Amino acid sequence: MLVHGMVTTNQSRSTATSLPKKVVLSLDVSNPFNLPPDDLTCVRNPHNTGLVSFSTMNFSEVFKQTNQLCRVSPDGKYLATCVQYRLVIRDVNTLQILQLYTCLDQVVHMEWSSDSLFILCAMYKRGLVQVWSLEQPDWHCKIDEGSIGLLSSRWSPDGRHILNTTEFHLRVTVWSLCNKSVSYIKYPKACQKGMDFSTDGRYMALAERRDCKDFISVFVCNDWHLLRHFETETQDLAGVEWSPNGCVLAVWDTCLEYKVLLYSLDGRLLSTYSAYEWSLGIKSIAWSPSSQFLAIGSYDEKVRILNHITWKKVVEFEHPATINNTKAVVYREVEKRPTIPSDDLSLQQISMGNSVFNSQSKYEICQLPVQVPTVQPDTDRANPKVGISSLAFSADNRYLATKNDNMPTCVWVWDMQRVGLQAVLEQASVVRCFVWDPRRPRLAMCTANNKLYMWSPAGCVSVRVPVEGCFQVLSLLWHCSGDSLILIGKDQLCLCYMETEQQS
Amino acid sequence: MTMPEPAYETKEICSVTRLLMSPSRQNSVPTLPCALLLPKNYSVLSAFCTEQNVNQCTSYINQEMGSLGLCGLSVELCAGGEGLTAVPALNLMYELLQVNRRSQRALEELENQHLRSTSDLEHLQHGHTRLKDQLEYIRRENSGLHEGERQLQLKIKTLQSCLKSEKEEVQKLQSIISSRATQYNHDAKRKERECTKLKERLNQLLVDKRDKKLVIEVSNTIGRSDGKRGLWKTGKAEARHEGEMYTALLTDYEARQRSLMVENAELKKVLQQMKKDMVSILSPKKPVAKGAVPEDSLEQVGSDAEAEEEEEEEVCESSRESLEQSCEQAREQLTNSIRLQWRRLKNHMERLDSQASLAASQERERDGEELISRRVHEEELQRMRLELQQCRDFVQSQQQLLQQQLSSPCDEETAALLNDCYTLEEKERLKEEWRLYEEQKRNFEKERKSFTDAAIRLGHERKAFEDDRATWMKNQFLNMTPFVDRKRPAKSASTSASSLGAEPEAKVISTPAPLTKSLSYSAFNTPKAPIASRMPSTADLYRTLRLLPDNSCTSGSGKRGGQVDSSSVHSSGDHSTAKSRQRPHDSSLRSHTKDLHSPT
Repeated sequence: MLVHGMVTTNQSRSTATSLPKKVVLSLDVSNPFNLPPDDLTCVRNPHNTGLVSFSTMNFSEVFKQTNQLCRVSPDGKYLATCVQYRLVIRDVNTLQILQLYTCLDQVVHMEWSSDSLFILCAMYKRGLVQVWSLEQPDWHCKIDEGSIGLLSSRWSPDGRHILNTTEFHLRVTVWSLCNKSVSYIKYPKACQKGMDFSTDGRYMALAERRDCKDFISVFVCNDWHLLRHFETETQDLAGVEWSPNGCVLAVWDTCLEYKVLLYSLDGRLLSTYSAYEWSLGIKSIAWSPSSQFLAIGSYDEKVRILNHITWKKVVEFEHPATINNTKAVVYREVEKRPTIPSDDLSLQQISMGNSVFNSQSKYEICQLPVQVPTVQPDTDRANPKVGISSLAFSADNRYLATKNDNMPTCVWVWDMQRVGLQAVLEQASVVRCFVWDPRRPRLAMCTANNKLYMWSPAGCVSVRVPVEGCFQVLSLLWHCSGDSLILIGKDQLCLCYMETEQQS
Repeated sequence: MTMPEPAYETKEICSVTRLLMSPSRQNSVPTLPCALLLPKNYSVLSAFCTEQNVNQCTSYINQEMGSLGLCGLSVELCAGGEGLTAVPALNLMYELLQVNRRSQRALEELENQHLRSTSDLEHLQHGHTRLKDQLEYIRRENSGLHEGERQLQLKIKTLQSCLKSEKEEVQKLQSIISSRATQYNHDAKRKERECTKLKERLNQLLVDKRDKKLVIEVSNTIGRSDGKRGLWKTGKAEARHEGEMYTALLTDYEARQRSLMVENAELKKVLQQMKKDMVSILSPKKPVAKGAVPEDSLEQVGSDAEAEEEEEEEVCESSRESLEQSCEQAREQLTNSIRLQWRRLKNHMERLDSQASLAASQERERDGEELISRRVHEEELQRMRLELQQCRDFVQSQQQLLQQQLSSPCDEETAALLNDCYTLEEKERLKEEWRLYEEQKRNFEKERKSFTDAAIRLGHERKAFEDDRATWMKNQFLNMTPFVDRKRPAKSASTSASSLGAEPEAKVISTPAPLTKSLSYSAFNTPKAPIASRMPSTADLYRTLRLLPDNSCTSGSGKRGGQVDSSSVHSSGDHSTAKSRQRPHDSSLRSHTKDLHSPT
């Protein structure tokens, strides 16, 4: 993780045209008293005195993409992007274009198969799915869903079947690439998350609706054998999610009723949990990677953590507007507009689009108590902007990041070991996306500007993405190794390589 | 006292005297003599006493005196039958004056009382009106409060009705809500059914139509990811799936159990460690506790515990081996022993607590002292050392000072100065005493002066009285001789008065009781008899009447006599004014005179 230090920007240009330009930000920890330049600011956690990791961040050149279609292959070798109707496969490290495929229409959805050999490109308007092979560029597969229309398409975990959900949730069509066979699954339920595969890819849980009752079908993905089929005690099932170990299925009811049901793989009801009644209920759910905890975010601005032994509530995390927890560190992003020198005016005018979004900002540690800015939700409309909309555990199960919708500029980080608030990141603008590093306890965030924000137990850092032109980071995607991060803008993307070392 | 002018008529005097006398009696008594005397004596001037009726007058006066309660005093005629003997007359007069004064005082008092009572009355009336006002006010307030209460009651009623209506509305709304909910649910279900029907139909249509477009174009099929060929769906496969599922579940449960076992083992280890620690903590303390409080009731518990402990130790040993097997019995034993140890520890802690409190209460006692912790002891010691050091410093400094003082008397100048100081102090004290003495003296002087002033004033008063008496006598005398020669009839009057002395006796016979009474009173007043016996001669009378300067001269020369007089007045006053208030000033004056006599 970044610490105080001098940052030098090296721009290494590669001669090859296919190789993108790299902007290198390297940190010199030998001189920690030098103030960092405007590109990078970091604040150390005052409570943390332990290990300090630092890294060098290299930013790639931006390149085009559409519909934010940008995926890294599961094996971490390739990067697939879609530009209009073209699919571009690059090497993650060199960013060289390896393959280039042309689809029939503008791609809406794109997905790697689990073995990183095939890529699925869906064109929902046309009801078409095209599959490309990385090993055999000549190989081609086209699936036409027909007149019924396509709603969503996805790979089965084995990478040899494609599951298409047709319009009106009429059925799920399972296409096999092995024997061109087609099978249907009727009555899939249209809901928040009606289908989920277990992590090991063995089982699929599918929510169904028959005779005004909710059912769950558990399929063996291997041969689409229906393993279990059972009715659930829900009013209007909203979603299903497997625990990471694939043994417990969490089922939650519609937001009108706070209800979580936990089913064993064999269809037994393990437990039911309901925190309250007569109020809007569950908004989001997340399993900890160890399957020990189930975090439930709800409309009452609280996160409740259930344990995996008794399935009872372990702790309740509130998101108060006034933070006075002395153990928590509140980082506030402070923006400051750069003063424009008069002789630089012409230059500034030229790069006007740049300067609008290139305001400088830095983190400050706030003195408690801190008042968090809140948004008054419009309760008369459906899906009010209140409650915990997103939850995510860090890969080591240690931290939980949450976002409360009526505090859209804040990300809360909870320590699951200490069972308390660890940090609050108050951004200057609305947080668009936050993602945990798949390997390390560090969190990357973006707020639709040209900065990348990162948090780790050691501190906080905000980095201005050193690219020319207007580049707003809307979404983030980690490479599975945790060494690089893909910053996705509206129609551009940029890679950030982090060379992390550990130093005591 | 105001004496009537000589020009006034006797009737007037009479009325005046009547007025000056006790007013309560004026209506009954004085009219009688007038009625008696009028036809007899009054020819030209309606005088009370004429030469002819001196005897009657005297008897009448005596009688009146008797009726007034002055029985001991009576007016007596001279032996010669002319005039009155001065002393009784004077005494009588004096008594009369006293009576008059007393009555006046009473009158004053009564007036004061009256005034006071009127003011009291007024005050009471005021109070009454005020209270009335207050009452009125309170009544008004009360009525206001009543009104307020009424209004509040009204309000409550309206609010209650409001609440009722609200409740009803709530109920109505709830029923509406529930009905709506059921309706909604029903509708939703209906819609959903319709939807599924439609979906069904659509599905049917799709199936019937044999959608040509629904195709998959694959250049060449690919192998399965696991490289195996797809298997037929058979019962065997189903069983295999079931088996796999259960294996997965089993492995999960096994993993969970393993982790729980690990956790359990660790907890057990911790428990064991804790138990060992407890035993090690408790066992060496035992003898100390035993030695410290041998008669402690807790000792029994301790011994019991000890016995148990021994028992326990064996169990512990055995359980330690069986711990690894984690059998139920061993666990139970472990928990039991831990519980026991914990209880013992708690007891021990409590005992320590009580001992500590005991030690605090009786710090002096050795038992307590022993129990004082080393730290406290050290602290105390430190504190005492510090105190000792301070004391030493103090003593040293004092010694130094003393030395300095001892060394300084060598020079005589300071000694002289000191002596001077002492003498000065003595002088000062003496001066103070002197001043006090002077002050006392001055006070005495002042008192003396005031006393002499009072004496002089008394003399003056006496003189004035004498004057008054003289003028009165003169008037009397002049009144008695209304004829041309005023000198002679005075003599004749006195003679006639004396000659008439027998006549009133005859007259008085009709009323003998007062006379005897007066006689008896005169007999009682034996100490005054010699004074009374010294009957004033006519010459004396003349002298008193005419030769005033002579009289004044005698009174002025005889200061002592005056004093004696005053004292005599007082002594007589003691008799007559026993009921009247003796003024404190007088008594003080008297005491001062006594004091004054001794130094002079």
